[in-house]
Amino acid sequence: MILFELIDYSVLKVIWWVLLGVLLIGFAATDGFDMGVAILLPFVAKNDVERRVAINTIGPIWEGNQVWFILAGGAIFAAWPPLYAVSFSGFYLAMFVILAALILRPVGFKYRSKKEDAAWRRNWDAALFIGGFVPALIFGVAVGNVLQGIPFRLTDELRTIYEGTFFGLLNPFALLCGLLSVAMLTMHGGAWLAVKAGGIVAERGRRYGSYAALATILLFALNGLVLWLTVKGYRIVDGVSPNMPSNPLFKTVTRDGASWFSNYTAYPWMTIAPALGFVGAAGAFIGLRGRSELVTFFFSKLSVLGIISTVGLSMFPFILPSSIDPNSSLTVWDSASSHATLFNMLVATVIFLPIVIAYTLWVYRMLWGKVDEKTIEREHKTSY
Amino acid sequence: MEIDIVTLSRLQFALTAMYHFLFVPLTIGLAVLLAIMETTYVMTGRAIWRQMTKFWGTLFGINFALGVATGLTMEFQFGMNWSYFSHYVGDIFGAPLAIEGLMAFFLEATFVGLFFFGWERLSKLQHLAATWAVAIGTNLSALWILIANAWMQYPVGAAFNPQTMRMEVTSFYEVLFNPVAQAKFVHTVSAGYVTAAIFVLGVSAWYLLKGRHRELARRSMAVAASFGLLSALSVVVLGDESGYAASEHQKMKLAVMEGMWHTEKAPAGFTVIGIPDQEKRETRYAIKVPYALGLIATRSLTEEVPGIVDLVNRAKLDIAKGIKAYDALATIRAAKGQKIDMEAKNAFEENGRYLGYAYLLKRYVEDPRKATEAQIEKAAWDTVPTVWPMFWAFRIMVGLGFYFILFTGTFFYLASTGALEKRRWLLRLAVWSIPLPWVAAELGWFVAEYGRQPWAIEGMLPTAIAVSHLGIWEVAITLAGFVAFYTVLLVIEVSLMLKAIKAGPQPDDIADENPRGRVQPVPAE
Repeated sequence: MILFELIDYSVLKVIWWVLLGVLLIGFAATDGFDMGVAILLPFVAKNDVERRVAINTIGPIWEGNQVWFILAGGAIFAAWPPLYAVSFSGFYLAMFVILAALILRPVGFKYRSKKEDAAWRRNWDAALFIGGFVPALIFGVAVGNVLQGIPFRLTDELRTIYEGTFFGLLNPFALLCGLLSVAMLTMHGGAWLAVKAGGIVAERGRRYGSYAALATILLFALNGLVLWLTVKGYRIVDGVSPNMPSNPLFKTVTRDGASWFSNYTAYPWMTIAPALGFVGAAGAFIGLRGRSELVTFFFSKLSVLGIISTVGLSMFPFILPSSIDPNSSLTVWDSASSHATLFNMLVATVIFLPIVIAYTLWVYRMLWGKVDEKTIEREHKTSY
Repeated sequence: MEIDIVTLSRLQFALTAMYHFLFVPLTIGLAVLLAIMETTYVMTGRAIWRQMTKFWGTLFGINFALGVATGLTMEFQFGMNWSYFSHYVGDIFGAPLAIEGLMAFFLEATFVGLFFFGWERLSKLQHLAATWAVAIGTNLSALWILIANAWMQYPVGAAFNPQTMRMEVTSFYEVLFNPVAQAKFVHTVSAGYVTAAIFVLGVSAWYLLKGRHRELARRSMAVAASFGLLSALSVVVLGDESGYAASEHQKMKLAVMEGMWHTEKAPAGFTVIGIPDQEKRETRYAIKVPYALGLIATRSLTEEVPGIVDLVNRAKLDIAKGIKAYDALATIRAAKGQKIDMEAKNAFEENGRYLGYAYLLKRYVEDPRKATEAQIEKAAWDTVPTVWPMFWAFRIMVGLGFYFILFTGTFFYLASTGALEKRRWLLRLAVWSIPLPWVAAELGWFVAEYGRQPWAIEGMLPTAIAVSHLGIWEVAITLAGFVAFYTVLLVIEVSLMLKAIKAGPQPDDIADENPRGRVQPVPAE
């Protein structure tokens, strides 16, 4: 089959690098506010009805949002097999903790309202909070570690040997990234509550969301500063060409004189990403303090987009640098699937992603309208 | 059994997958039953059908939540515990998983919210569309995951690339239209339908025994019995198709299922019952039906079905070819793409597809080229899974399959003649039969996956090679963690199911729609 040669291999690699970003941003921009609402749950809701208001703003839609996460897993497997193999086995225990926390969500949402018992509901509220907070924190911690390089190397047969430990992941810079991630998603959750909740829950969502927006701005700046001062970047010395077969061991990589900021000098247009991170969070802050709900939510999404893009663009073409054997680092050019698979997957994506987005929008429209205490009273049987 | 990283990882995968599959079949089947019930409601306007949809929908929801929860683990476990597998075949295996998310998970997960929350917000037809979207989504997800699994049983459309040290796709078409995938899909989905049908029959029978919710129970039984009978027939017929596919592509699995040590003169007899003895390499006290296996497995009277010992001898030859491939690959790789050694290239082209057989030796020797005759003999015998669990698991599964036909057939007959409520022993039997489809489904997966050992990908990648480089304690912690966590969730799930069943259908304020404009309230119970 020659069809796949319609698009150059190197172009497909870049497209799939962009799509990787689209999926991660899609995940953070949709399921991210579900996590944010869960994190805000103890703060915005003081009694059972208020908690039900907060929970039911995301009740009917969080499940579809979570598919962004599952799809990101599947797409990384399909388009970036080495990334899938190295990252998930390397972050083994961290992944276990994330999964355990995420598993609490489907059961928490569904089972919480099945019994009137106060202790039962309190336990599930705690479970939902963990299901939002823990993944948000660890995803950020993981990104912080990726920026510093992961202690793995590849053998001749491309077997992954990981030499780090779980507690090694919890270093100061990574934790700082974790906090940024929590702040960002909390801001997003607050923005969502402003749009979708009514009454006191929305008010508190605005207040705490605006604090989180401020924290996002400060932590994003602080992370950038610490990254600039303490973390070395990576640089490919030679052995790479954009059309090369996917074998990370063909190249030579150094950390001498490299910086994660050099892309911004070489391609000044890339600074739009960090700018969006700041502008979005500032817009969300102003919106949360003011009255314009949809604008707030839009700016909050913009901030999520900017911050995640900043990570990707800073590292390009690196995806997963190795701290103990830089030559093993995974880059856009040498960690992708074959030419044919990238093409086939692109065709599937071009056909189905627009359909997914279309019916998702339809479902959001059908569920339009604020959830408040009256809604819960009226729909107490069907609500969570 | 020695406790090593491979054993623990296999145990973890087996347990998390089997837990996951406690919830999946009911989701697949009940989603379709809900869609059928709601369609009846929309077409007839009879409020009882809406009440049925809502009631079974509540049980569906409790089950669905854990299906989603345990499914999360499945998507990431390949990378976590099977990183060499992920590297080695991700180019082929990852695609159906990604498409499953794109095409199926989004559909079911986006519309399942509308199913529960949309009763007051959507028009009747819109809500029906949402319900069908959930049903189609769950069934499509089964299709894609079985395309992936079928490729592990019968890896078509792929070739090894020495430069990237992995399998890469050569024909996406062959991967999608893998004959094993088609047989497996219909077999698995039908098994899900049977599970849901017997679940609905059992719960309804319990209501009839208690004299509660008779309207709802009788109608539910009528739907479930007819749906269940058709599905049970399909499970057995297409299970047979699965067996035929196995005989073509996984001869060892078939021989082990049959406890057939030596090739018999065609057509081979089917062993109904016997005691397989791995040590002596024989099946004692075998009771056989002449010709049956030959007919099932080869669809002919003249073709032979090879026995285990013969297949081991073939494996020895394959290992020899594998060693040649391994050697050629080493030569090709030593050249680092500088000058191409034509001899090595040809040797690899000829023997490359047996490379996995050389990897079987890695258990005994670092460099397969240095393997002794005795090591090759051992590796060849490693291709035989333990016979007795396969032998019995298969027979119990098939026995249950025939029981389901008889069972649903009886209920179909009685439901149509309206004589059900008088036969209380049958109703009790229905209640006690509820767990059986789960037993059959889990055994089915056991036969499919354990029967493929020692391979992760049949004939291509041994399970022992596919594993991640992890500490034994790491895997021990997660194994214990998953089992403990899942068990707690399962107990909660079952208790909520029982609570919802005891509570019964909730009163609905909707009245029957009547063309003459008269309002008929839902009968009070």
